[in-house]
Order: sequence, then structure tokens, then C-alpha cells
Amino acid sequence: MQIESFESHPDRYQHWKLTVDGDIATLVMDVQEGDGTEKPYILKLNSYDIFVDIELADAVERLRWEHPQVRTVVVTSGKDRIFCAGANIPMLASSDHAFKVNFCKFTNETRLAIEDASATAAQGYLCAANGVASGGGYELALACDEIVLVDDRSSAVSLPEVPLLGVLPGTGGLTRVVDKRKVRRDLADYFSSLAEGVRGQRAVDYKLVDATYKLSKFEGKVAERARAMADARLGKPDAAPVEWAPVPVEVGADGGRRYTHLDLRVDRGARTAEITITLPDDAGPTDAAAAQAQGVSWWPLATFRALNDALLHLRFNIREVGTLVMRVKGDPQVALAADAVLAGDAWFTTEARHYIRRVLKKVDVSSKTFIALAEQGSAFAGTFFELALAADRFFMLDDAEGDGVHVAPSPLNGGAYAMGNGLTRLQTRFLDDEAAVNAVLERAGELLETQKANDLGLVTFAPDDIDWDDEVRLAIEERASLSPDALTGMEANLRFAGPETLETKIFGRLSAWQNWIFQRPNAVGPEGALKAFGGPTQPVYAWERT
Amino acid sequence: MAAIDYDSKIPNNVDLGNDRRLQRALEAWQPNFIDWWMEMGPEGFQQDDVYLRTAVSVDRDGWAVFGHVKMPDYRWGIFLTPLEDDRKVNFGDHMGDPAWQNVPGEYRNVLRRIIVTQGDTEPASVEQQRMLGHCAPSLYDLRNLFQVNVEEGRHLWAMVYLLHRYFGRDGREEAEALLARRSGDQDSPRILGAFNEPIDNWLDFFCFTTFTDRDGKYQLRALAESGFDPLARTCTFMLTEEAHHMFVGQTGVQRILTKTAEIMKSGDPKKQGAIPIDMIQKHINLWYSLSLDLFGGEDSSNAATFFGAGIKGRDREHRLDEHTALDQYYAMPKPGADGKVAVEDVPLRRAMNEVLRDAYVEDCEKVVKSWNRALEGAGCDLRLTLPSRRFHRQQGLYEGLNYDPDGNWMTAEQWAARRDEWLPSKADRDYVRSLMTKAVTEPGQFADWIDPPARGINGQPLEFEYVKFCRHGA
Repeated sequence: MQIESFESHPDRYQHWKLTVDGDIATLVMDVQEGDGTEKPYILKLNSYDIFVDIELADAVERLRWEHPQVRTVVVTSGKDRIFCAGANIPMLASSDHAFKVNFCKFTNETRLAIEDASATAAQGYLCAANGVASGGGYELALACDEIVLVDDRSSAVSLPEVPLLGVLPGTGGLTRVVDKRKVRRDLADYFSSLAEGVRGQRAVDYKLVDATYKLSKFEGKVAERARAMADARLGKPDAAPVEWAPVPVEVGADGGRRYTHLDLRVDRGARTAEITITLPDDAGPTDAAAAQAQGVSWWPLATFRALNDALLHLRFNIREVGTLVMRVKGDPQVALAADAVLAGDAWFTTEARHYIRRVLKKVDVSSKTFIALAEQGSAFAGTFFELALAADRFFMLDDAEGDGVHVAPSPLNGGAYAMGNGLTRLQTRFLDDEAAVNAVLERAGELLETQKANDLGLVTFAPDDIDWDDEVRLAIEERASLSPDALTGMEANLRFAGPETLETKIFGRLSAWQNWIFQRPNAVGPEGALKAFGGPTQPVYAWERT
Repeated sequence: MAAIDYDSKIPNNVDLGNDRRLQRALEAWQPNFIDWWMEMGPEGFQQDDVYLRTAVSVDRDGWAVFGHVKMPDYRWGIFLTPLEDDRKVNFGDHMGDPAWQNVPGEYRNVLRRIIVTQGDTEPASVEQQRMLGHCAPSLYDLRNLFQVNVEEGRHLWAMVYLLHRYFGRDGREEAEALLARRSGDQDSPRILGAFNEPIDNWLDFFCFTTFTDRDGKYQLRALAESGFDPLARTCTFMLTEEAHHMFVGQTGVQRILTKTAEIMKSGDPKKQGAIPIDMIQKHINLWYSLSLDLFGGEDSSNAATFFGAGIKGRDREHRLDEHTALDQYYAMPKPGADGKVAVEDVPLRRAMNEVLRDAYVEDCEKVVKSWNRALEGAGCDLRLTLPSRRFHRQQGLYEGLNYDPDGNWMTAEQWAARRDEWLPSKADRDYVRSLMTKAVTEPGQFADWIDPPARGINGQPLEFEYVKFCRHGA
């Protein structure tokens, strides 16, 4: 299935309603069972598919930019006695494996974006579960800061995936129950194998929800809590909102995409794509106000919005391409000048930094090989240097006799763009070697020639102009010939050295096990649980455990 | 840096004069090669003028130009047979694709390994033979030894060319390593076992050039089929030179046989300074079995990979009818725990090492047959045989098992008790060495244990001064 666009707008939402009242916003989920297009499933009971989540992702992002004054986002349901039934099961059962994996990754990124908004934009999320929150529905609740559940003697929260579907709650449910909400592991175990879930006071006692209110008092209590949450979150932004306008793009016949500052070229035969970022000749605005005046057209922001869009299309729509060659062209000084603006603490530039951080994390969890190439006229500098650090391999031309090829660290490489493991890319690269990290950061603002960069441990290989073409060609061809599955696993292991976080557990442990289960006959075989769900027969399992 | 006239210094047909990559690589490598040659090449003869053939082009007139030359001044060249228009990969999974003019990324590592393994044998044999000149049986033989040595050096160049031209930095590092390993060195030995055995007498040398260089012939033939076109063309040209090396070996052994047969007519050869036939048989057993090991495992996934990838074909693959080798099986004898051998069907691609070994064995049988004809012609009733291919193997299915030369299994103790009946004993080696204590350096003269050849080199008489000693010269 091809996804035409990953963008949306509240005017076009089919499944959500976004209202904003002062510093409190409300997101009402009211999923349309069919959207008029031909689909092999019906979205009953506020269950969701990728299009429902694309709208949610848009809302979460848009709230930060267009409604920066909002301090509480209430997430609730427009349906009676049902909050959300999670991902639609016939949708999952009818999807191929790769789509399921992409779907889960996208929804996980959206849940993490909710938590990120709370942590870095002071926008708290309050889940008002006015009905059953099951599976992915409860996982959506878990992404919120607070969960209140209606006590109508029937509405429960549940993770019925294991007992009913023979799969995992794959959107962070298991991780958040124990890691975030600190539910005791034995109770979590009981809860996670109980199809009907837990309701009322017991749900509070288990710490699965924060409070439960009688139906008659529910609305009032939610409003009270929303007000309290907003009041507890101080610091109103000093600037006007920014319109979260669509990303301008021209789409080529081959799936290539041309954005204002980024060009994606696809070679399906070679299973490779080239992502080339071209910096403007002039760095443009020199302060945050001037940058904000340009809004989403401010080129650093526009560039990373383009990268975000390109990555989503590569994941969902250009699956046979496994190797991405990344270049940044231009004057490194332009990138450093932009970093000087980005580094400020104005609301707009702070938001831009956080946005760029989230897009860079998308690079980290994309199941594609990234090879960064620095040739003549290359500008892996500051924020853009993160792309070289995020790459699986970084080739830098040793151009001793020419004008030289440079990379340039900036102070932003020292903390602005934490990875999912909580460390910077430099810290992850030089794990437990603070001296090596500092040696790079001490040179912030300097243009480092290839040999210097190589000495600092920033370069994988530094061929000279004679070797360059062949070395690079061989590396790319060789990479493109290896098992894509093995590479995905290898990269996911090597990219995230260092500590575990909720995020690394979700993308590592939870997703990896889920993706394994998604391939197993016990889930997807003809008698597997996912296939049998909703049918007349019980699943038949192969009982071996190792 | 002074410009170097590459094309005159290094004869080549690879446009070296315009290839910066090659020039840069060779600038560093070439002096190291000369250092290696002076240190590990023929000991004691570097200042002498040797009547050598040099390849200056791949034409009929150019590939063998004769003249006296000091070995360090030998013009080691780089030659590939000319490019063939529209050559295709002619076997394996890529059959029908255009032959690769560049290394395909997915096969970079296997190709490099194959080229390094082949390349490593070339300097190794020079190292093994470096002291032999001091006990040469004639100037004719001394010259042949040096001819073999400089051409092995050129074959090293040929492999280094491929590494330098097509494998970038890794290739340069591997090329350096080819000069750093040493035959028989404890810490840094040559890659293959047979190339770490010392060759300190001429019977070993002739057996080596008969059997081990013949392995080289079959490896080169298999690689001459390669879908990686530069490798195929390099190996095709190397084969033209390799033929002389096998000629040196085969006629060398034959000249010893006829001499021994002659002497046997008047009594015990050992008492008259000749090499007895059974002692020659033991040397054949040794070098044949060591050379069989070089083909690799009988049932080999590597072999299947190389064939499937179109990197290494069969002997004269282009003459065969079927080139996928799929859905076909090779009836392969395999030994069980008790040494008993049972035939098992192995997918043909996995058996490619054995297929190549079969062609080699057949070729070796012809050599032995011609030696036996020579014995017959010399009036000797004794005959030579090739041992079973299970005998004395240190590679593959028969490694660690003990078989006599007829292929009968036995215990390690039984085998050890009879070892000296089948392989050169210390006494045998000492005896052979005792015949070769000093070189025969008079033109036209030959040692007592070997006959003169039928004719000289390049139409020159046997009395020709094939090596001019310049001990007191400049």
C-alpha cells in the first residue's frame, strides 16, 4: 500500500476534532468507520489505522507551533462508552509484514512525540478515557501524563493482545506500564494476560490509571484536572504562533522528491537513494525574531521538515531501497551561522531545535543504511554534522592538494540533539570517553580538514581523490548486496550503544520481539491467533518454547 | 618528485603512464618489491647476467624476448590478454551478463581473498628456492631456475596490479602484506601449506615445478574463466608463462630418471652417485599429495559460492555444454569414521574443487606415463605411479586420516611405522643433498646425477653461457 501523504490539517481531519480554548486544547477521537476508499477493514469502536494516526501526529506537532500557549491537551473520545479499541485487527491481519512494522514505528513515534511535547514544550496530555481503552487505546492513554477512567462499572483499561491476538501490545504498552507508570511487574503480568482488563478502583490501585470518576462527575473532574495541569505548567511563550504549513515538494515519476533544500533521488535497480541537502548561499536571519518571521520557510527548519517527509516516504513507499547516501552541500560557515541563531533560547528557535532533534531520531530508527559522503563543497557542519554522526559510515575525501574538505562541529553537537538513549551522538560514538567528546567540542566553530577529523575519530574512511570513486562505489554496492534483515538488526544494535531508556526499549526490545511474533505461525499462520480473531475457530498454537 | 617514465621501466599494456592510481600505488610498492627481491630472491647471483626471456608485450613477438640481464634489472611487466569485445560472464548465476570490468561491490571480499591467495604463492616459491642456485647441476638449469623465479615475481606483479587497480586502500595493504609474509616463517608464514616447505635440493625443485606449478595451472585456468574480466585476462596471460615452469619440472625429473636408468645397468645407482628410482617415487608422493591439498576441500561451500557468483569456473569452462551446474550431482567418495569410503551425491557446485582436482589428476597421470615411457626407453623395468589421492592429505575430507599410497586405510601407528617407505626419509634427503654440494658452472657441463636436456633454450646450444658470472665486475 502506498501512502500518498503523511501530512494533514485540522480542516481535513476525518477522525479527530481539535478545539482550543485558551491554554487548554481538546482532541476528540471519533473515527469514521469508512472514509469512502476501498479498504479490507472497517474501523469499528474507535480503532485506528495509519490514516487515523497521521492526523494525530499532525495534531500533536501543530499544537506546538500554532498553539504554543496550550498547556493541557485533553485526549478523549467522541463515541459512547468506548475510548479507543487500539489498532484495527483486520487491518493488521490483512497487511504485509513490512507495513505492520512501519505502522508500529510510526505510531510509536507519535506516542513519543506526545511525551516529547510534555517534556519540552510544556504541553501536558490528559487522557480522559470516557469508555473502554483497550490495546492500542490504552497505549495511547499511557503516552499521556495522566489517565482518568470513567467508572461506569464496565469501562476498563486492558492490554488484551497476548490472550486474544497472540501478539504484543506493540506501541510501548508493556514498557510504559512498568517503566513509566511503575506498575509492579507481577501485577503487570496479570494485567497483560487478562483480556477484559481492569476497571474502577483496582485500576487505580494497580497504578494503571491515576483516577476514576463516576459517569456523572467525569466531565467536571476532567475539566478540573485539565485546569490544574495547565496551571502547573508555567512559562508562556513570548512569540506569536507559527503556521504549520504543508511541506512544498515536487514528486518525480520514480518516487524521487524535490524539496526546497533537499533532493531525494531513487535508484530502485541499485536499491539505493541519494539524499542531498543544499544549503543556501546566505545564512539568512541573524536572530530568532527574523527567523520566526520566515516561519516554516526558515531554511534549517524547512530542510529538516523535508528530511522528515523524505524518510517517511522511503520507509513506507520505497521499501526496496535499503541504502541511503547522504550529502550536505554548501558553505560550512552558512550552517554555523544558522546554528548561532538556533542555539538561542527564544521560543521559535527552541522549538526548531526540538523538531530537528526528533527528525534526527527518525534517522536513527530507520531500517535503512545511511552512508554519509563528504566531498568537495561539503558542509557537514553544526546541526548538519549530526547527519554524518548519525550515519552508519562516514566517508570523507582526503583532498590534501585541493581546497580541502571540512566538517565543523558547533556547540549544538554537545547537547541539543540527544538520541533515544539520552546521549548525544558524539557521546554515543565515543562511549564513556569524555576526553574524545570534548576534543571535538573544543573545536566548535572550526573547520576541520579531513586528516584532523580523522584523527578525532569522526571519519570512517578517508580515501583520497584517486581512490574515492571506487571506494565509495564498492562500499555502497557491497552494502546493498547484504541481507536487508540482517543489516536492519545489525544497525539497530550498533547505533544505540550506551544506556537503555524507555525509548530504546520500545524501539529495541518491544519492537524486535513484536516483529518476530508478527512473523510466527502462532500469530500469522492460517490457524494463528491474529488470523483466527473474530472468526469461528480458536487459534491453534505450536507449543514449543525455547 | 621526478617524473618516472613508467612505460619504459615497467613494460605494460594497462596504460600505466596515464593511470595515477596505479602510479601512486607502485611508487610505494615497487621499491619494496626490489628490497624484497634482494633479500629473499636468489641468493648470491643478483649481479650476474642471466639469459632470460622478458615479456615486453602480449604479441607473438613480444611475450618472449631473450637476452642477458641482471635479475634486479629484470623488467617486471604488467600484461593482460587484450580486451575481448562483449565478453559475457559465462557460468553461474550471472551468466549472460556483461563481464565485469570493475569489481562488483558484493564480491569485493571474495575476489580479494582469491587474488591474495593466488598472489601469495608467487613470492613464496621464490623464497623457497632462494638457496638452490648454489647447487645447480648446470648453467642451463641455473638459468631455468632464475627464469622461473623472475616469472613468479612477475606473476606477483600481475596479482598486485589487480589489487592496486581495483581494490583501493585494502588492495594496497594486501599488496604490502604479500611482501611481508615469508615462506616457512613462524610468525608470518605464507598462506598455503605447500609453500612453507623448504626446497633445498633440485629433485624437490623439479617435483615442485611439475606438481605444484601444475596446481597453479589449473587454478589459473579456473580463474581465466572469471566473470571479473581483468582477472580472467591476467590469468590467461600468466598461463603462457606457467607452461615453461612445468616443462622445467617434467624434463628435469625425466633427465634424472634416464640418468639413473643408465647407471643402473652397471650396478647400484646409490653407489655411483645417482638417485634411485624409489627415492624419486617418494618425492613424487610428497609433492603430488602436498599439491592436491592446494585445491581446497572436496565438498566446499566456498567453491559453490565462487562458481555461483561467476568468479571461478571450471577447467576450460567455455568448452563445456552446461554452465549453471544446478540440479546436478557429483558422486563423491567420502570417508567414514573407520576410514571406509562410501560414495555420496554432492551438489555439483559444492564439488567444484574436486572437479578441478580431477582435471589435475588426469594431467598428472599423463606426466607419469611419459616418465614411464622414458624409463622404458632407457631399458629400465621399474615404473612410477601416482599415489592415491587419499594418501598423506592435510586438507579436506582425508585430513587426519591415514591411507597408504594404494588408498588403504590404516591406523596412525601403522602409518607412522611405514612412513619412510612412502615419503622421503631424513636419510633420503641427506643422500640427495650429498649429491648437490656445489654448483656446476662450466658451460655445457652437467652434474653426474642428471642427463643433459635434449636441446638448449631459445635454439642456443647446450654449451651456451646461460649465466655469465660477474663476481669481480662492477
